[in-house]
Amino acid sequence: MSRAVTPQRKFAVTLLAWAIGLLIFFPILWTIITSFKTEAEAIASPPSFLFFNWTTEAYEAVNQRSDYLKHFMNSVIISFGSTALGLLIAIPAAWSMAFVPGRRTKDVLMWMLSTKMLPPVGVLIPIYLIFRDTGLLDSRIGLVIVLTLINLPIIIWMLFTYFREIPGEILEAARMDGATLREEIVYILTPMAVPGIASTLLLNVILSWNEAFWTLNLTAAKAAPLTAFIASFSSPEGLFYAKLSAASTMAIAPILIIGWFSQKQLVRGLTFGAVK
Amino acid sequence: MGRISLNQVTKSFGDVNVIPPLDLDINEGEFVVFVGPSGCGKSTLLRLIAGLEDVTSGEIRIDGQDATMVPPAKRGLAMVFQSYALYPHMSVAKNIAFPLRMAGMNKAEQDKRVAHAAKVLNLADYLDRRPGQLSGGQRQRVAIGRAIVREPAAFLFDEPLSNLDAALRVNMRLEISELHNTLKTTMIYVTHDQVEAMTMADKIVVLQAGRIEQVGSPMELYRTPRNTFVAGFIGSPKMNLIEGPEAARHDAHTIGIRPEHLAISTTEGAWKGVVGVSEHLGSDTFLHVHQTGLAETITLRAPGELELRHGDTVYMTPEADKLHRFGPDGLRLA
Repeated sequence: MSRAVTPQRKFAVTLLAWAIGLLIFFPILWTIITSFKTEAEAIASPPSFLFFNWTTEAYEAVNQRSDYLKHFMNSVIISFGSTALGLLIAIPAAWSMAFVPGRRTKDVLMWMLSTKMLPPVGVLIPIYLIFRDTGLLDSRIGLVIVLTLINLPIIIWMLFTYFREIPGEILEAARMDGATLREEIVYILTPMAVPGIASTLLLNVILSWNEAFWTLNLTAAKAAPLTAFIASFSSPEGLFYAKLSAASTMAIAPILIIGWFSQKQLVRGLTFGAVK
Repeated sequence: MGRISLNQVTKSFGDVNVIPPLDLDINEGEFVVFVGPSGCGKSTLLRLIAGLEDVTSGEIRIDGQDATMVPPAKRGLAMVFQSYALYPHMSVAKNIAFPLRMAGMNKAEQDKRVAHAAKVLNLADYLDRRPGQLSGGQRQRVAIGRAIVREPAAFLFDEPLSNLDAALRVNMRLEISELHNTLKTTMIYVTHDQVEAMTMADKIVVLQAGRIEQVGSPMELYRTPRNTFVAGFIGSPKMNLIEGPEAARHDAHTIGIRPEHLAISTTEGAWKGVVGVSEHLGSDTFLHVHQTGLAETITLRAPGELELRHGDTVYMTPEADKLHRFGPDGLRLA
């Protein structure tokens, strides 16, 4: 039975939800607004909200000074590349943990999750040195590898929870129907898990796109993605808010648009298979 | 094609021994039913034959070939699962064609066989639907269709009717029997329902705790159950088992009499009792008689129009040649 909700209560709750939503969104909105100001207006006190001289001056300056497209491509390659590589490793791994669990499967899963609790800075120096010696520093390949490894536990966990929802009898039926292990995964398991795989993919692309710690520390110029592009406008330039905001807006726009279009999948992904 | 033999097969899950050494021969074209209470190992036995579980020791031969280590895909057997296990993302046609596609058969031949199976199973109008859009009975038919297209050496059915409602179950039971008459392929059928076992089987295998209690035709099991377990399990309602002085009078530890082999009278008879619950089925009435001094309840089958009330006194007389005698070890006495 659904609970009775009075219109007043519904109105109050809706208002509260919108207020919280706007509060969370406000910094992003402010960044976007600031990106259309001149540097002088950006630091004016009191700040003007909407009634100022809208200008794309900051965008022009940013584009003149650096190559947005190069950073954008780096971001795309690194985030999609690491996600694709991660899925390639994680699908068979999650299959075996979900359908042929051993006595230690639970421990392995917990151990993988525990690696996410480790502060990344603890392994920065060893990884930096390995990358330096193997020539992977400031290369897209290097970043793809490191981001794959960083996010692999989450990919495997998400896929594992999705796969466990698939009844084992269906896979057994495929086996009886003459499917090899590879055919079973390709023709039966993967198509059935498409919603789960899609939300895993999306979430992981977003995580990789936003990942700043490793991308900032392991790149200089060639492989620098958008996170590094934003960062380059903060430190050496001092506080040029308008340019910094323009760079940030350009960096977050693609992922914001992808996120907007895939909300449904994302919510499913974030609830981690809890809702069927 | 379709001769299966199990030789000293055992199965353990960890320390739990589910199937003690077991021998069984299934002949070509036979309809064999594994029946037993839940947890008796009948499904495990089927899964061992299918290859979905590995035997702990022993040997499984299919058509004379050692299949013990052969993976399920290569055994040439088809299986119908309790949950149907259809592929939800494929249409009915694709579901049925899946084993053919896996076998690398060309598209034209696939279509021909799918169309034929659909005709046999009355699925022709549903070929483009997804399993989610079908009723339980239709899903079951798709699962059977998927099994018959490959022309397997034998069919394995794992409680295929337990998810259907009672009326549909009777229909599907007939359809599967009909299918067996047409295809004449070996079928192994697992059920806990002794009515299904009795009505469908050429040969029934009664299992308890992984052991085979008796193998035989339905009527053999009905007429000469080898022990008290089979006696109580086969037949509906259950056989009355009586111990004590009345059994001793027949030189047995336990005597058994089926409800349909007891004559009823309101005036005289061998045993006397008081009517408890009467179940009126229309054609028959099952009386549960108490206070007989023989067993807690004696069940008997009486004519449908019988007018007896709760608390009435009745007399019962067993048909002498239908009395079963069992020794203290539960085994049948000659």
